[in-house]
Amino acid sequence: MFHIYCPYCEEHREEEEFHPKGQAHIARPEDPDACSDEAWGDYLFFRDNPRGIHHEMWLHAVGCRKFFNITRHTVSYEILETYKMGEQPTVGAEHLAREEKTAREGKTDSVQVAEGGQQAVGASDAALASVKGAQA
Amino acid sequence: MSNTVHVYDARADHATVTAESPLAYSFQRSGMPAPGEASGEESRAVIGERAFLGHLILRGGAIVLDEALREVLGIGLPGRPNSLTVDADGQRSVQWLSPDEWLLIVPGDETFGLETRLRAHLGGSHVAIVDVSAGQTLIELSGEAAHEVLMKSTVYDVDPHAFTVGKGVTTLFAKTSVILRRPDESRWELIVRRSFADYVYRWLLDAGAEYGIGVVREDRHESQ
Repeated sequence: MFHIYCPYCEEHREEEEFHPKGQAHIARPEDPDACSDEAWGDYLFFRDNPRGIHHEMWLHAVGCRKFFNITRHTVSYEILETYKMGEQPTVGAEHLAREEKTAREGKTDSVQVAEGGQQAVGASDAALASVKGAQA
Repeated sequence: MSNTVHVYDARADHATVTAESPLAYSFQRSGMPAPGEASGEESRAVIGERAFLGHLILRGGAIVLDEALREVLGIGLPGRPNSLTVDADGQRSVQWLSPDEWLLIVPGDETFGLETRLRAHLGGSHVAIVDVSAGQTLIELSGEAAHEVLMKSTVYDVDPHAFTVGKGVTTLFAKTSVILRRPDESRWELIVRRSFADYVYRWLLDAGAEYGIGVVREDRHESQ
């Protein structure tokens, strides 16, 4: 059972209160009339199914009823972070690659799995700085 | 485009049909055991319905709503998520429901006047006020085992130390959803949908049986 942190309610809630709503950060083509059929088809129908880090939308259905984003590891099910709509993730695929690299080098255990499914913060300073720069 | 909003008094005095609370049917059908009646021991949990209160949903920006509410009602919006403000005599409350949504509960006969005054005060601000009084009801749960009845029913942490006075959340309760809140030390309040009121009532009777749960029915026009 996940214990998910809702960024709007500002506390951890049971998974039962939430609904997954699919891939996040899908950008609508700027000008639908001018874009190719392929680009439009991608936008409408094609979704990523990665092995590893996935950014998803979730809905706090029984609660504040707001959409928010979760960065989740599709293999370990670890929730790496949750953030509000309109914000950018601080944990991405580079983060995973770096973790695996350090694991291969024997510096640390594989991807860390938080106890009880609580989020583990693993953002690098560089990633944080870039997001802060983007928001400023 | 006109900005006219039509506001209707849902409980006009000239109504000839007697209002029935959402639980009137349940009281008839499932009965109203007196506290401790079934077990023969002292009751450790008591439920009661506070029917015919005015429930208003306020949506919009926190700053304009807070200002209008302080002006009109004398209490402000709760500043934090999942919290509740209650006025001095405990009759009126505002609860955070989501970042742009609050639930205002006042005595039933004040609803229409309050809504009208709020609208007048808010003018053309981008807000919505919806009277949902008819759609939900408030069930009060008290007694020393009240939190134990809740623990059997909801996934939320209702330990009195974790769920402190002044907190209010929307959460799951026995497969349905409720707004659960704690206005003071001794009482818990459950705001349930009218259509689920009977289900929740019967659930509470069942869950509270081991604590000798009973029902205390308030007079219709008594506000507390």
